[in-house]
Amino acid sequence: MQENVSALQLVLTGDPALFAIVRLSLTVSLSATFIAALIGVPLGSLIALTRFRGREPVIVVLNALMGLPPVVAGLAVYLMLSRSGPLGRWGLLFTPLAMVVAQTVLVTPIIAALTRQTIEDLWLEYRDELAAMNVGPLRRVRTLIWDARFSLLTALLAGFGRAAAEVGAIIIVGGNIQGFTRTMTTSIALETSKGNLPLAIGLGIVLVSIVILVSALAWGARRAAERFAG
Amino acid sequence: MSVRMLESDLPICFSQVGIVSGGVTILNDVSLTFLGGAPTVLIGPNGSGKTTLLKAAMGLLPLARGRITWAGQEVSAPARRAIMFQHPAMLRRSAAGNIRYALSAAGAVRAELERRTDELLTLVGLESLGARPARRLSGGEQQRLSLARALARDPAVLFLDEPTASLDPAATKAIEDVVRSISARSIKVIMATHDLGEARRLAGEVVLLHRGAVIESGSAERFFAAPATEEAKRFLAGELLI
Repeated sequence: MQENVSALQLVLTGDPALFAIVRLSLTVSLSATFIAALIGVPLGSLIALTRFRGREPVIVVLNALMGLPPVVAGLAVYLMLSRSGPLGRWGLLFTPLAMVVAQTVLVTPIIAALTRQTIEDLWLEYRDELAAMNVGPLRRVRTLIWDARFSLLTALLAGFGRAAAEVGAIIIVGGNIQGFTRTMTTSIALETSKGNLPLAIGLGIVLVSIVILVSALAWGARRAAERFAG
Repeated sequence: MSVRMLESDLPICFSQVGIVSGGVTILNDVSLTFLGGAPTVLIGPNGSGKTTLLKAAMGLLPLARGRITWAGQEVSAPARRAIMFQHPAMLRRSAAGNIRYALSAAGAVRAELERRTDELLTLVGLESLGARPARRLSGGEQQRLSLARALARDPAVLFLDEPTASLDPAATKAIEDVVRSISARSIKVIMATHDLGEARRLAGEVVLLHRGAVIESGSAERFFAAPATEEAKRFLAGELLI
């Protein structure tokens, strides 16, 4: 009980250490989601709208990668960025950028797979109409992405939720260095093991609040879709 | 709304057209000529090939055999034709937004979009519903919006696939009134229906299809007064053509 009160005090008084951690977490997860969207939305759309040999296995793998264990993603990025890895000379390991890369690897399949499903369903619905209107390929893609924007926003929020809540990947490639690569989730793990429960609980409150906010935004996007786009 | 000169696009000639899908023959050796004038109505039981014929004319289906010509020329892109599907997809935007999209896709200049959108909404009686999301319109309103969207292409020929299927009498009348109005503007209407009453009310010419083949075609007046084939007589008598 005492820990809960102290934790709330940390949150409500705007404890600098706590909010530095929150700021870094949001920066890393938002950056990763943004980059994953830049890759995942076009990739998902491309797979949805093209037919090629091996397409179905690609979809199966993409869907499977939505459940990629964070520690495996972290390990893969670690191997790439470690000094003896192919990208080792860039010196990115144990930096926030490495954490962005790891979370991008985690989130991109989620956004790409959900985009693929969304765009493909909409394409099946629109195909004849757009063909009858003689709409060209580029405009088709633009139309589908625009008309699916609320569903795609939900996909992005799902990706962000995944990034914000994971700990396995960033603890491997970030190293949980205080004041540099320490995020909410890695801090919670560390502070709990040290017995510093007020800070762990305070961060937990912030993290859960963010997750609820993301869920509320997804809900709001759905309602907006119903209201403005039908 | 501008009026097209039909002579540049008609007649539409089907010459021994065959369409196969998944190994099943949908249209078999269909030869037809669609001339200008009053609407041509395709009738026939479900699965007779009406929708397939309309889609083929629109260039939406590949031909397995034969050819389709417009004023003697084979055309692949649906430039001066438009279609209203039996189950039209509503784009996820307002009713007016749907029409603006169709106008824009048809190459309308930006300065004209609003004026022509209002014109088309008024033509189909949806002027008070322009701001409403298209997917929240009633079935009859969606059909009329789909009609307006098809007309946004300023077509010389308009294909209508069961435009009043599953609509109540009031909504059916609203659609039929628009079809008459369109036809009076020298737009050739070719429509499919399984409703013989509707065919009698609208048709100048009738084509009876059965199992992917043309059973009989000609003027509606003659067809309904004195059908030439046994199948047509049975169909008009309300018997099931199987």
